[in-house]
Formats: sequence, structure tokens, C-alpha cells
Amino acid sequence: MSGPKDAKPKQGGRQSMAEQPPLERIRNFFEVPLGYTPEQAMLEASRCIQCKKPLCVGGCPVNINIPWFVRLIAEGKFSEAARKIKETNGLPAVCGRVCPQEDQCEKVCIIGKKGDPVSIGRLERFAADYEREHGEAELPEIPKWTGKRAAVVGAGPAGLTVASDLVKKGHKVTVFEALHTAGGVLMYGIPEFRLPKKIVQSEVEFLKRMGVEIVLNAVVGKLETIDELLADGYGAVFVGSGAGLPNFMNLSGENLIGVYSANEYLTRVNLMKAYLFPEFDTPVIRGRKVTVFGGGNTAMDSARTALRLCPEEVTIVYRRSREELPVRVEEVHHGEEEGLRFQFLTAPKRFTGDRDGRLIAVECVKMVLGEPDESGRRRPSEVKGSEFQIETDVAIVAIGNGANPLIPQTTPDIKVNKWGNITVDQDTGRTSKKGVFSGGDIVRGGATVILAMGDGRRAADSMHEYLMTGAW
Amino acid sequence: MYEITEKQELAHTVYLYKIKAPLIAKKRRAGQFVVLRMNEHGERIPLTIVDSDEKAGTITIIVQEVGKSTAILGDMGAGDSILDVVGPLGKPTHIENFGVAVCVGGGIGTAPVLPIAKALKAAGNKVISIIGARTKGLLILEKEMKEASDELWVTTDDGSCGHHGFVTQVLQNFINEGMKIGCVVGIGPVPMMRAVANTTRPYKLLTVVSLNPIMVDGTGMCGSCRVTIGRKNQFVCVDGPEFNGHEVDFDELIMRNRSYIKEEKSAMEEFTYHEGDKCYERCDK
Repeated sequence: MSGPKDAKPKQGGRQSMAEQPPLERIRNFFEVPLGYTPEQAMLEASRCIQCKKPLCVGGCPVNINIPWFVRLIAEGKFSEAARKIKETNGLPAVCGRVCPQEDQCEKVCIIGKKGDPVSIGRLERFAADYEREHGEAELPEIPKWTGKRAAVVGAGPAGLTVASDLVKKGHKVTVFEALHTAGGVLMYGIPEFRLPKKIVQSEVEFLKRMGVEIVLNAVVGKLETIDELLADGYGAVFVGSGAGLPNFMNLSGENLIGVYSANEYLTRVNLMKAYLFPEFDTPVIRGRKVTVFGGGNTAMDSARTALRLCPEEVTIVYRRSREELPVRVEEVHHGEEEGLRFQFLTAPKRFTGDRDGRLIAVECVKMVLGEPDESGRRRPSEVKGSEFQIETDVAIVAIGNGANPLIPQTTPDIKVNKWGNITVDQDTGRTSKKGVFSGGDIVRGGATVILAMGDGRRAADSMHEYLMTGAW
Repeated sequence: MYEITEKQELAHTVYLYKIKAPLIAKKRRAGQFVVLRMNEHGERIPLTIVDSDEKAGTITIIVQEVGKSTAILGDMGAGDSILDVVGPLGKPTHIENFGVAVCVGGGIGTAPVLPIAKALKAAGNKVISIIGARTKGLLILEKEMKEASDELWVTTDDGSCGHHGFVTQVLQNFINEGMKIGCVVGIGPVPMMRAVANTTRPYKLLTVVSLNPIMVDGTGMCGSCRVTIGRKNQFVCVDGPEFNGHEVDFDELIMRNRSYIKEEKSAMEEFTYHEGDKCYERCDK
């Protein structure tokens, strides 16, 4: 393979971003897209026509002032652009990488009506990276302490956003994180090659420099309950504990050795660095033939992670067709470049193992699509007698998460729905319990980083109001 | 960092540690566990909390060196620090006055039985305990169990101490003698817990076992610790660790606990190669 493709800036049209070539990158865990050069960023930014009524801002769940920061990049004021973004988004280096911009800001970009929209996500990433790499991350002004404290449960995207917003309003904020590292899904879930962990940690460090206190290894509910936090002087509590209870398919053989939840597989590899075993102590079964079940971003992250652990083949089995895949198009493209196979219109029936209980095959059945169901997607149904075997020694179940029971178990007066997700007022993030707010996957069941951050933003606003007025 | 304030050798390669963790010490109840990570490269391993001292702010754990992570811990002593200690995790033991409670501990499993025996005693039960080991030198907590129980029975596989045979034989004798047993708690190696459950099954005696599957986060997030309980998948870290022994699929648990047997062996070989030879078999023979 030659070097990174499309690395050169070109005049006119959308600037493409250099990437590690597929055959090279499946042998490492380094980031795939390499980012814009300053020259490319300025060219791309100059494509923005600075709409008077910019639709992109409304397309962003945290309403970043996109035209403004894009203009600053076009003018070569990169760190200023980053600071502009940070006024409304505490994690720009993260969002520039993992947001589905094609469904948000870039989807409504006027330039996109006639050609490719402005690469807002790549520009966001560029500005944040530039600022970080040039050591120009300037602390925002922190107002005098209001005398109020807030507690945040879970240091994931929702919780970190709440912490960032509240500390900037002059409150003291303590974040309680159950794992040994802050970042939540950004650390345990999203793989290194899509979101380098040092970037997440530098965002966390930035929050700490702003005065946010982060307590690791603290499982709220077990160590201290929410009632105890409220009694301890925290005026308001935000629960952003995440999805955290993987769903299985209830198929025979699902507990055989080699069948993983996507959460476990990704946690082993990302958080615990099993790809570096035995240098790191946590192992993972690498497998010869890996099969992933599901069609979302987590399924794709699992599959692309598996590809880097050097198996013979990795296949995604999805019960609908390519058109219904919920995963980002860019990720499908990346996966296929890396040799990922898809088996569409196929569903698993049962797993079989050898005498030691190790997975050897999965029996699948063909599906056909019928009428649309309540989600608007066509409902798949089995083709009778179409059963067939797929040889596989690692299976990854990526069909979503249930609600983690730890908080509801220990705080029964927080209302949950029939799936165990916390119910909140959509505009304010208020739960049924006075002083307690919530957002992110513990409310939504399973969504994106940016939606969790949007929840955090709204909750932080109403927490501020509640802390200052006491009005519920 | 969590400082080790005290270390005692209870038997060959079996150590008791007191670890500074004031909040956990205050909160923990019988039956709960902690997850430890020794260092930056370490894995996360679950261990039952045996005891706590709220005043001193310490929790007590008992560990047998069985693999690399526990061997690293085995090399640590008072004054050293463990990087991460998370807890208290899992549901506490359901404690009530059952009348007569029989507490059965096998090998290192006596460690998690001790806090439960104490709690049952405090709830007014007559506590009869049976603890067993392969041989006398591997018996642990005999004195503590004696204090926590109304009666203590000891068994060794080789007859070097107490009854010559298995803990289940003593339990079977109690049943045969017509003892009115309200509850049996059995904790130890999985085959021993399976044997305890099989002993009490014909008599429908309430039998509680504490499971020890492979875990990663210990908070419900990964599902590594899932075990079939009465045909339903349960997560030991949030639904357990204690379950009705008559409903547990022990064979599946034994199978899943062997998931990484190859990796565990190679990690251990590498570790002993680099860290100097250690004897993990009984050296007294």
C-alpha cells in the first residue's frame, strides 16, 4: 500500500481527510482518520458561506455556534475557534470524532443541497486537536463560588458535560465514577482507533483544572446513596450512570466460552487493554472466526476491534438488510475497507460448543422483510427451513443494553419506566425525586455521545436554576 | 491508592490483608465483595470482604495465590498500596432468624463464610459450622469460626485434622440425625458447593451458595459473570453473589471459569520467569 490517501489539499470541493490505509491499520489500534492539516482546514472552512440563519446550529444537539468557529478557522485563528466551540461543548475533540454529523449539523448544511456539505465535524476535531497539541487550552473564567455543591454520578459524556457547565457557573462539582478511569463509554466502549484515549483523558484533565473534583472507584448506590449525597451537602445530583446492563438474546448456548456481550468485549480490549495481553493482564479470546450480532455503532466498533486482533474473518450478522443498518455510513465504509463481511437478513438461532464448552458454531436462519413495524423499519421474519451453520469461535452480542439497576435499587423514589430507565422531564432533566436530575443512556436506553451531552447541557441549566432558587 | 495496613500468612500461599478503605468499611455488609486492581497493567478481580473495622477504616480480605493477579498481591505487604479497590459490590446476604443455620466453608471459601456466620449468629440463629480443607496446613480461620459459631466441625481430606473426609459427610450426618436445619450456607470451590447443594436437595433445605465467576467491572455493565440460575441468566455482580444452590447451573459455572485457562497459565509462567521461581504446590511435602 502507498501512504495515507487523499492527504493533499485540493482547491474547491470538500477536503478529504488523510487516513491510515486499511491493510496497515488493521494491524494496529492507532486512529484511522489522521485529521486535517492547517492548510486543508482553512480551505474547508472557507467553503462555509456564513448563512444569516444557519441551520447547522439547530442541527447540533448542543447548538454550537458553527458559522462563527468555522470563520475563525478560515481566518487561521485555530485556538480561538476551539474556545468558541468550548463555550457550548466541553468535549470538542471527542464530538468532532464520534458525532454522527451526517445526521445532524452537516445534514442541514445549505452547501450540502448542491454538493458535499461543509465538513463541520472534521473542522471541530481540527480546532480542538490544534489547541490541545499547541498547549493553548486556556481556562475559561470561573466565577466566584456560589456556595452551592452539586454531585454527578458517572463520568461519561452526560456527567462530564454537567460538571463542565456547572463549574463554569461557579458551583463546586464532584463527579463519582464507578470505574477506575473517568470517561465512561468514551473509555470502555468506543475503541482507541476511533477515539484515542489520551484525548479523552486530556479533556478530563481540563475539567479538573477548571476545579471539577473526580472521585474514581465510587459506585453510588453501593458506597453512598443519592439520599446520602443530598444529606451530605450536595444541593443537586445528576445521575448519568449509563446504559450498563447488556442484553442477551436468550438463545441456547449463549453462555458458551467465546460468547461475549459487546460491552464485555470492548471493555476488555479498550479499558483493560487486552489487545496488549500479556503486557496487560486482562485476556480476551481473539478467535479465528468472529461473528458479531447487531447493526448499530457498537456492533461495528466490536467488529472493527475484532479485525485488529488478527482473526481469519469477521462477519456482522444482521437480521435486516443493508438499508436498515443503524450504524454510521462512514463506519460501514471503514469496516468494509478493512475486510469486514456482512451477512444480511440473517438471525441466530442457537450456539453450539465443543466438549470443553468452547463455541464452535452458530446456527442461523434466513429472514425476509415484511411490513414496517412501529419503529418504521420493515419487520423481519424467518424463512422456514432455511437454517444453516456459521463456523465461529467468538461471538459478540451487540443488541443493546438494559438499564443498570444499581441506582433505582437503592433510590426507590426515582421513577423508572417498564424497562428500568429513569423517567425525566424532557426540558429540564428533572426526575421524580426533588433535587435529582438525569440524562444520557440511563434515561434514553441507548443513544449517542452527543445526545447524552445535550441532556447534560439542559440538566445543568435547570440544576443551576434549582441550586440558586431552590424552586422545584 | 489503597494502603495495606496489615498482612498475615494464614496457610501456605493464603494471606489475610487489611486494606485502608474507610467508606467501604463503613458501608459493607456480610456477603458483599470488592473488585481490586493491583497496578496500571492489572486485571480487575473480585474478592469477598471478610470483615471490616469501621474505626480503623479498614476492610479485611483473604486471598489464595492462584494466578498472576493474586501472586502480585501475594508479593505485597503492609505499607504497600493497591491501585484500585471498588465496593462494596453485590447484594448483602439475606439474614434472618432461621433457627438453626449450618455454615459450610471449603478451603479458602471459609473466608466468605465467616462474616455470614457472624451475621447469622447476631440475628439469633444457632450457628453450626463445618470447615474443611485438603490438609491441616491449609485450614484457615479455625479460631474465628469457632468464636462465631455455637458448634464447629472440622474436616480434612487426608484426616490430618478433625473428621477424615468431606464437609458434606458431616452435613449429611446432621440431616440423618434429624437436626432441624433452617438454612445452609455453603461456600468454597464450585465442586464443593455443588456437592453441598446436592446433599440438601432431597430434603428441600434452603441452601445459599456464593458464586465466584470471572468478572470485569463488577457493576452489571459487562455480563462476564452471567450464570444460569433456575434457567434464567443472572449477573452474579448485581443479582448475587448469593443464590439458591438448588437452582445454580454449577457445571456451566465451572466451564465458564475455565474460559482463560490457557492465558492464565501463560501469564503465570511469564510472571514466575521474570519474578523468580515460586512454589504454588504444597511445599511441605
